[in-house]
Amino acid sequence: MNTTGATMGILRSIAAGVVGLVLTAACGAGILSVLGASPLEAYRWIAAGAFGTPEQVSYVLTAWTPLLLCAAGLLLTFAAGVWNIGIEGQVIFGAVFATGLLRAMEPGAPAWAGVILAGLAAILGGGMWGGVAGALRAYGNVNEIFGGLGLNFIAGSLTVYLVLGPWARPGIASTSGTLPFPDRLWLPTFAVPPLVIPGETLLGLAAIGLVAGALRGTQFGLRLKAIGKSSRAAYIRGVPVTRGLLWAFAGCGGLAGLAGFVLVIGAYSRHQLFPLISGGYGFLAILVVLLAGSNALAGILISAFFAAVSTGSLQLPLQMHLDSAVSGILEGTLVLLALLMRGVQARLVPGGR
Amino acid sequence: MRVELRDIHKSFGPVHANDGISLTAEAGSIHGLLGENGAGKSTLMKILSGFTAPDRGQILLDGAPVRIASPAEALRHGIGMLHQDPLDFPTLSLLDNFLMGRPGARRGHGLAGLLPDRRGAREALRALAAQFAFSLDPDAPCAGLSVGERQQLEILRLLWLGVRVLILDEPTTAISEPQRVKLFAALRTMAGQGKVVFFVSHKLQEVLALCDAVTVLRAGRVAGDVAAPCDPGRLVALMFGRDLPHPPRTGITLGPPVLELAALSVDDARSPIANVSLRVRAGEAVGLAGLEGSGQRLFLQMCAGLIPPAGGRVSIAGRDLTGRPYREFLASGVAYVPAGRLGEALIPGLTVAEHLALAERPGVFVDWHAASRAAAQRIRAFDVRGTARTPVQELSGGNQQRVLLALLPRQIAVLLMEHPTRGLDVESAQSIWSHVLERRRRGTAVVFSSADLDELLERSDRILVFFNGRVSAPLDARRATVEQLGRLMAGDAPVGRERRP
Repeated sequence: MNTTGATMGILRSIAAGVVGLVLTAACGAGILSVLGASPLEAYRWIAAGAFGTPEQVSYVLTAWTPLLLCAAGLLLTFAAGVWNIGIEGQVIFGAVFATGLLRAMEPGAPAWAGVILAGLAAILGGGMWGGVAGALRAYGNVNEIFGGLGLNFIAGSLTVYLVLGPWARPGIASTSGTLPFPDRLWLPTFAVPPLVIPGETLLGLAAIGLVAGALRGTQFGLRLKAIGKSSRAAYIRGVPVTRGLLWAFAGCGGLAGLAGFVLVIGAYSRHQLFPLISGGYGFLAILVVLLAGSNALAGILISAFFAAVSTGSLQLPLQMHLDSAVSGILEGTLVLLALLMRGVQARLVPGGR
Repeated sequence: MRVELRDIHKSFGPVHANDGISLTAEAGSIHGLLGENGAGKSTLMKILSGFTAPDRGQILLDGAPVRIASPAEALRHGIGMLHQDPLDFPTLSLLDNFLMGRPGARRGHGLAGLLPDRRGAREALRALAAQFAFSLDPDAPCAGLSVGERQQLEILRLLWLGVRVLILDEPTTAISEPQRVKLFAALRTMAGQGKVVFFVSHKLQEVLALCDAVTVLRAGRVAGDVAAPCDPGRLVALMFGRDLPHPPRTGITLGPPVLELAALSVDDARSPIANVSLRVRAGEAVGLAGLEGSGQRLFLQMCAGLIPPAGGRVSIAGRDLTGRPYREFLASGVAYVPAGRLGEALIPGLTVAEHLALAERPGVFVDWHAASRAAAQRIRAFDVRGTARTPVQELSGGNQQRVLLALLPRQIAVLLMEHPTRGLDVESAQSIWSHVLERRRRGTAVVFSSADLDELLERSDRILVFFNGRVSAPLDARRATVEQLGRLMAGDAPVGRERRP
């Protein structure tokens, strides 16, 4: 691709993004009108809910982080040409391993050691669960989408079992979650007046930056790209395809596991394990990468937008007696419209067939 | 039907693929389209068959201008195209593929229109196949067919759909001599019925033997129209603007054996290979002749280490590698260049520099600066029209093949090539073979398959002929003749597959 082509491509995707946002806003306005609410008012509340106060910005950053980590992982599997649907289960396994480790070390061990080891355990747990999806695909010839769905169910059931069973709160068995961890185990925050930045956000940004760098500048990244474009040709060219796929799944799972760790002891999290702790972040990140493709910067921006809309929408039930699920509708509409525009573009641009 | 193209223009980005092409093909004629790669033949025919829309220009059928917006519309006008790589559905049966694109049973009674008329189709397929002496099993899956057989099926399908203008894009590249003879007879019959046949090729001999009129394209323009009988020298001059000299056979001193096969056999449902023994010496070239799907591909992939042999031993450069993984074959200096240039040999979507970086594999990080420089240098050395940053799918077939050779490691013991010049023009093929010759001088043994008998005779020292998985004793290429090869390829018997118990 030459430079003008690349510039044109970037301009085109920016234009597509803007048009997509406008169309989404219009569709959302239609839906809100049907619900009898004023779209402008709703959008104002969403914006205010996301950016109105420094505290709300912190919540947006909190929601952004697991999305960043999951999107970072999915960039790996996207490069290798596979869809890691099992990412929700990998988030859960990260959370379970982190919780398990902290419970095992508690009290006694110094907090910093516990936190670091819990992070590593989360990477191990998520990576292992991702590796299972990868092995099913690579050796068992199980489509990663079906394998991933199965593994997600197992992981989800595991949390219910743990929360109600072995890790139940003393005295009460409630699905609300395990006993919260003390605040010395919470991830730190950084004050950048007037904002307070949760520490895990830096972790998320570093992760996606590292993945982008690895995809661009390492043999591992190049091999994943080769596998993604044509695994048959890559194999004949001497690329170890099976190993590459396994590492893509394991790497994605590791980063998803880190998201699970953040969901357990992040600065503004609930500081406990609860059923289905992944909360749909993995699936939302799949939508992010579906739009961003292999572009890490686009992934960062789109996940920020999703985090802002999700957080801002929480104001809708409080202020307008609307359900906060409106955010899901807006995000889903955006993805569908963006994909639609991409399809239309491919038909219009010559040679884009 | 008389087909007229007027002032056809088509650009892909900066490339003017068709730059004001006009030509007329009379009813009942076989019209040749000749030109080197990138001359615009395929683009022109894709426009006529509705796959691509022209930027400008007119198509007239029997004097009436028509608009052809899709392949389905082209078929309604009676125009059908047989593509270089047959467009079929590998998992479906021959009969299902045959039915594809056919409107449901003649708008009959109620539901009958929705259901395919399988019985009728089966009969039609049988009858048409018999007419051309093609042996096709309607219930076999397409995936098991050779390219040649898939092309036969596609021709029958198009005829059944009632095409009056049949376009063939390099149809003979993958089929055997007897099949070619049959095909040409069929094309002449079709022309005799008043149909128009467009024959896209770069093979002068075939165009000379077959076509009533030839249009030569060069760089998107018409270089000249020639009516039969054509003068080959004139056609070459029109194609290239000069005559191409054949390089003399060069003496190469052969070294020790580098590829040794002992009593080797390969399991396969269609053409299992039994009991081949062969020693190929450093610098030697062995050609593989045979009908498409007679076992040559299996044989090459087995030598490459991609398929484990069922019995016998394989040694590369003195090391017994029987049953060892593919990467050990690679490490021992085996290189396999498959026929599928995109998706098998090259990775579509990656640039030339990325391919090179993938091949070099120095460590954790990729030195893009060095990779780009090395790629640019090899692109110059191999005269590739493209840059280090060109995605390989944007290169023409000849340039892709040159890139494939450019990507090979500096020192290889055994070079295995499948149809190395398929679909290439004479000039590209020459340059491929001169690079291969250079490799042989440096001690590389070459084993290649080809459907071009002249190429096999000219480029090999010895030739193995495959028939139904049976492999002939090696023939001395200097003494073998086209007739001899043709007889062996047909199994010394009428073409027909014997089934093993």
